[in-house]
Amino acid sequence: MENIVSLKNLVVEFEDGERILKNISLDIKDKEFVTFLGPSGCGKTTTLRIIGGFLEPTSGDVYFDGKRINGVPPHKRNVNTVFQRYALFPHLNVYENIAFGLRIKKLSDKEIVRRVGEMLELVNLRGFEKRSVNRLSGGQQQRVAIARALVNHPKVLLLDEPLGALDLKLRKEMQTELRKIQQALELTFVYVTHDQEEALTMSDTVVVMNNGIIQQIGSPINIYNEPVNAFVADFIGESNIINGCMPEDCVVEFTGKRFKCVDKGFNPNETVDVVIRPEDVKVVPADKAKLTGIVESVVFKGVHYEIIVDGVDHKWIIHSTKAEPVGAMIGMDFDPFDIHIMKKTEE
Amino acid sequence: MQKLKVLSLPYLVWMFIFILVPIIMVAFFAFTNNEGALTMENISDVGQYANIFIRSIWLAIIATAICLVLSYPLAYILSRIDKHKQSTMLMIVMLPMWMNFLLRTYAWMTLLGNNGIINNLLELIGIGPLKLINTSGAVVLGMVYNYLPFMILPLYSVMEKIDKSVIEAANDLGCNSFKVLFKVIVPLSLPGIVSGITMVFVPAISTFIISRMLGGGSNLLIGDLIEMQFLGNAYNPHLGAAISLVLMAIILVIMTVMNQFSPDDQVLI
Ligand SMILES: Nc1ncnc2c1ncn2[C@@H]1O[C@H](COP(=O)(O)OP(=O)(O)OP(=O)(O)O)[C@@H](O)[C@H]1O
Ligand SMILES: [Mg+2]
Repeated sequence: MENIVSLKNLVVEFEDGERILKNISLDIKDKEFVTFLGPSGCGKTTTLRIIGGFLEPTSGDVYFDGKRINGVPPHKRNVNTVFQRYALFPHLNVYENIAFGLRIKKLSDKEIVRRVGEMLELVNLRGFEKRSVNRLSGGQQQRVAIARALVNHPKVLLLDEPLGALDLKLRKEMQTELRKIQQALELTFVYVTHDQEEALTMSDTVVVMNNGIIQQIGSPINIYNEPVNAFVADFIGESNIINGCMPEDCVVEFTGKRFKCVDKGFNPNETVDVVIRPEDVKVVPADKAKLTGIVESVVFKGVHYEIIVDGVDHKWIIHSTKAEPVGAMIGMDFDPFDIHIMKKTEE
Repeated sequence: MQKLKVLSLPYLVWMFIFILVPIIMVAFFAFTNNEGALTMENISDVGQYANIFIRSIWLAIIATAICLVLSYPLAYILSRIDKHKQSTMLMIVMLPMWMNFLLRTYAWMTLLGNNGIINNLLELIGIGPLKLINTSGAVVLGMVYNYLPFMILPLYSVMEKIDKSVIEAANDLGCNSFKVLFKVIVPLSLPGIVSGITMVFVPAISTFIISRMLGGGSNLLIGDLIEMQFLGNAYNPHLGAAISLVLMAIILVIMTVMNQFSPDDQVLI
């Protein structure tokens, strides 16, 4: 597969000299669904704006289909954007908003009617054609914004948190729909979200960002199972992150106790981040466990209980299908392969 | 609701005394003669001055058009620069307004005069002296100069509200700068265009000072005509009232037509 978009060593600095993007490099393959995932302010929108042509990087290059496109204005790029704050045209109704791009391209009326109709169907806004966009709910506006960009069938569609304003049910539906469209029309989607579940369920590739730096690029499974550092591990799913050290291969020491693990190749006694997922903590009788703690709270979360346990040096978060009485002393244990050892990131 | 009604009472009284009563009085004068008898004569006499009406409307249209053409790009640029620079620039635009209207117009009298600075300069470079003062051109110039801020301000205030991301969305969907202007900025600034035109056209069509000072005797406008009926030798308040009434009707018709171009929820009159 060919790279459709390539970012090479992008750096963005704003006037105040603050570095927003620090050396971003990324290849996006044709027909790929790539998701930028990261906390608020980490530079997701900024990266998208560079691909869309609304912002010139301070340094670095952008390639589209193998050609360098730095300086090419947005209207000459075969890319459309679903903007984070919709940016609908307030003087046009729903239909005309969606038809806008097609009219600019001077498509025939028949074609416009057909394609806009298709989009209205898709985003579930049939019957709203004549409605002014100022009189739509946030979620409806968001769907118009999606339709307005998608109707152009661009090679690459940039979506900046396109489902942020929707309720859970509609969001799930739209996630499935968007994924279907992307596959049916064979488009490349560059998707931005700070919802890790959304990123994991929809994407071919997830790009985890923090502070203008790419932390990890990989498939959802890869990112979930093999996070490269404590930040990714924590962002992808709430995790227990504990300081530890590696006295020898396959042995890790934390909270004063030694445990078997499967990682090797660290320097003797190197300090590391130990990451253990909440669902991987096994609750065992206190008298048989190396680690014990007092149950501090139990919250029902639907599929599981979230139990907070006050250990000696660490508050443990545990997901279990069984509730424990608050105030009880419990023991905790882990399987060796559930203990993830990560090199400390220098920052 | 009840409270609101009580609060609005002073305004209703004000409107009655200072707006409704004068209009009724003007209408009364327009339809009566010296003896106080009802008559249509005054209104039909207005017809004699058709040429003055046409000249007034024509000059006001030209002045309004020039104001629009000059203000539109300026207002747009103004609305797109840094927020803190905007207020300084706006102040510069408004600066001439701080000077008295008469003084400003007098200044143009001396500038345009046969021995004025402009003609002296023109003479120096060998083209002139030209007849500048007492022409309809000078009247239009006076109108444009005095009423320009009334065009800039409403345009600026609607354009300032146009979200940058809407313009980006248009770019994104294939518009170059030219298409952005006609597909997005002009439609979105339409309310400003309409109110700017109103705010320039209405004072321009009824001015009498500008035409008197810069237009000489040959560029009489409706305003001069009305003034003559009340304060001049031609003293005839009944005819004056009739002319005012016709002028009011003309403005009303023009504004109604203008409002057809304004979006439904932003009617101005
Ligand atoms: N025009 C600008 N001038 C200065 N700083 C800016 C500008 N635009 C964005 N920033 C800063 O750049 C950083 C990254 O912004 P960006 O919009 O890319 O974040 P984001 O990852 O999209 O966050 P969110 O999830 O909240 O949308 C932020 O700290 C923001 O304050
Ligand atoms: Mg953002």
